[in-house]
Amino acid sequence: MEVILAFVIGALYTAGFYMILRRSIVKLILGLGLLGHAANLMIFTIGRLTRASPPIIGHEGEALHAPFADPLPQALILTAIVIGFGVQAFAIVLVKRAYQTVNTDDFDQMRSTDLQEA
Amino acid sequence: MNILVVLPILIPFVTGIILILLWNHRTAQRVLSVAGSAALFVISIILLFTVWQDGILVMQMSNWPAPFGITLVADLLSAIMVVLAGLMAISVAIYSLASMDSAREAYGYHPLYQILLMGICGSFLTGDLFNLYVWFEVMLISSFVLVALGGEPNQLEGGIKYVTLNLISSAIFLAAVGLIYGLVGTLNMADLSIQLRQSDQPGLVLTLAMLFLIAFGLKAAVFPLFFWLPASYHTPPVAVSAIFSGLLTKVGVYTLIRVFTLLFIIDTAYTHTVLMVVAGLTMLTGVLGAASQNEFRRILSFHIVSQIGYMVMGLALYTPLAIAGAVFYITHHIVVKTNLFLVSGVVYRLRGTYQLKKLGGIYSLYPLLGVLFLIPAFSLAGIPPLSGFWAKFVLIRAGLEIGQYTIVAVALVVSLLTIFSMTKIWAEVFWKADPNIDPANPPENPSLGTLAGYIVPVVALAAVTITIGLFAEPFVQLAIAAADQLLDPNQYIQAVRPELLEGIVQAQ
Repeated sequence: MEVILAFVIGALYTAGFYMILRRSIVKLILGLGLLGHAANLMIFTIGRLTRASPPIIGHEGEALHAPFADPLPQALILTAIVIGFGVQAFAIVLVKRAYQTVNTDDFDQMRSTDLQEA
Repeated sequence: MNILVVLPILIPFVTGIILILLWNHRTAQRVLSVAGSAALFVISIILLFTVWQDGILVMQMSNWPAPFGITLVADLLSAIMVVLAGLMAISVAIYSLASMDSAREAYGYHPLYQILLMGICGSFLTGDLFNLYVWFEVMLISSFVLVALGGEPNQLEGGIKYVTLNLISSAIFLAAVGLIYGLVGTLNMADLSIQLRQSDQPGLVLTLAMLFLIAFGLKAAVFPLFFWLPASYHTPPVAVSAIFSGLLTKVGVYTLIRVFTLLFIIDTAYTHTVLMVVAGLTMLTGVLGAASQNEFRRILSFHIVSQIGYMVMGLALYTPLAIAGAVFYITHHIVVKTNLFLVSGVVYRLRGTYQLKKLGGIYSLYPLLGVLFLIPAFSLAGIPPLSGFWAKFVLIRAGLEIGQYTIVAVALVVSLLTIFSMTKIWAEVFWKADPNIDPANPPENPSLGTLAGYIVPVVALAAVTITIGLFAEPFVQLAIAAADQLLDPNQYIQAVRPELLEGIVQAQ
């Protein structure tokens, strides 16, 4: 299972960086989203994959017995997803406003803040 | 009184919430924003004195013991950074009253400003790596909105560049945090400091160190990851530029110092050599970039990059004196750089442009403003007796002591080129005749008295620069004490998780 997820994560990173390197600002947003997913999935995988053993102490038990799933990576991912959601929403609005104001969706045209006589 | 540790986060948070509730009451917002910033400044000074007297302060949120809960830690470096954040907060808050336009105020400038301060103070005080990520995001989201607020074409374009690069940095940071948790199973920094030193996989730890260097280096704008900064910092209103230039990149430098003195110290020969190369190239490219610019704020933006190089150089030399130099340099730089941006805003208010070609003749009309520019400008270049001289003196002496002559030479050359840039601004903006002079239609020249809201913070920060320069001794003492704490991670661990150190002593 880890091997499959490792390939998925690799594919997500590849696709994410490829999209960011494209000239279209819409693809940029998609690329940033993919990078976020890749990072989340990586935290999930690296927190060790454990099936059907929730970290819950039963009625009769005193302590957790291995193997049990580590709940912390999932809490981290949940936080990261919420933050990522907010940031993505802002980025989409920003890109839309920029498209309407600057009148282009091509990064090669967006050079005025890098030029001398802006 | 460990509640003191959380107050620099709570004060801007509560102020921000109240400001949101007072959305339509502009006057109340303006008064409260300044009051909240002043409270932050006062509390931050009390915090610094307490840490200076009693040593490192620790607070466990909700009383969950470390490493299960979130820890807030204030050592001397954190406390110094919070004081600087407080000083910038109050200065720029007053400046904003005069300079911010009512449209931006109506769309929530003041609440965003307070939330930004909360994110900055949180980043300085947290003792948990994932919590640091969360504070980064708080800071970034409010800074994203502040960059774009107003919606001018330049701002949106600069905003996209700023947002993109910072999101990539966050994604790398998040991945690195996940990997470090997978490696050692903890995110508490005191815990990590011990675990990473004892790790049986030094190769993996080094890889993680480089991931953190990229993530924080992007935020600190070091070579070769700096290009978003000069593309975006000159686009928002000057009050926003000023607070960004003072504090945001320095959060990146602070985290670099934190992780490369507390966490990644198993192979300093490798990591700190990388930092050294980065520092030298950052200084050089920054100052050369500045030399080629002809816009007031773009020159200053490139100088942020070059000055970041000096701070990283202090970290890279990694001796007590060098780290003290880096801390002292941050102190001096935040004050000076914010002040230069504030001066550029005054010039913009008088002439309506930042282009050097279209400016001129300011000195003959406003000699006081000329002097107020020269104080931070000379300090930035490192001319005695101003604060920048001592900052550079300490760093260069630290470099000479351990025979790192190349980096010292680079630092001195960059210093010289900094003077070139500053004199260029001086000659173009203040000295040469005004190119737009039209005898039939003379420009309106308000007296500086009518611009009190602009001038008061500039004068105050210039006074701080002169004070640090003339009475450098206590500031250097403070920086040396902070460096001693940083170079002895056991003090930090002792404050957060004393039981871990006992384990080490017994094992030995």
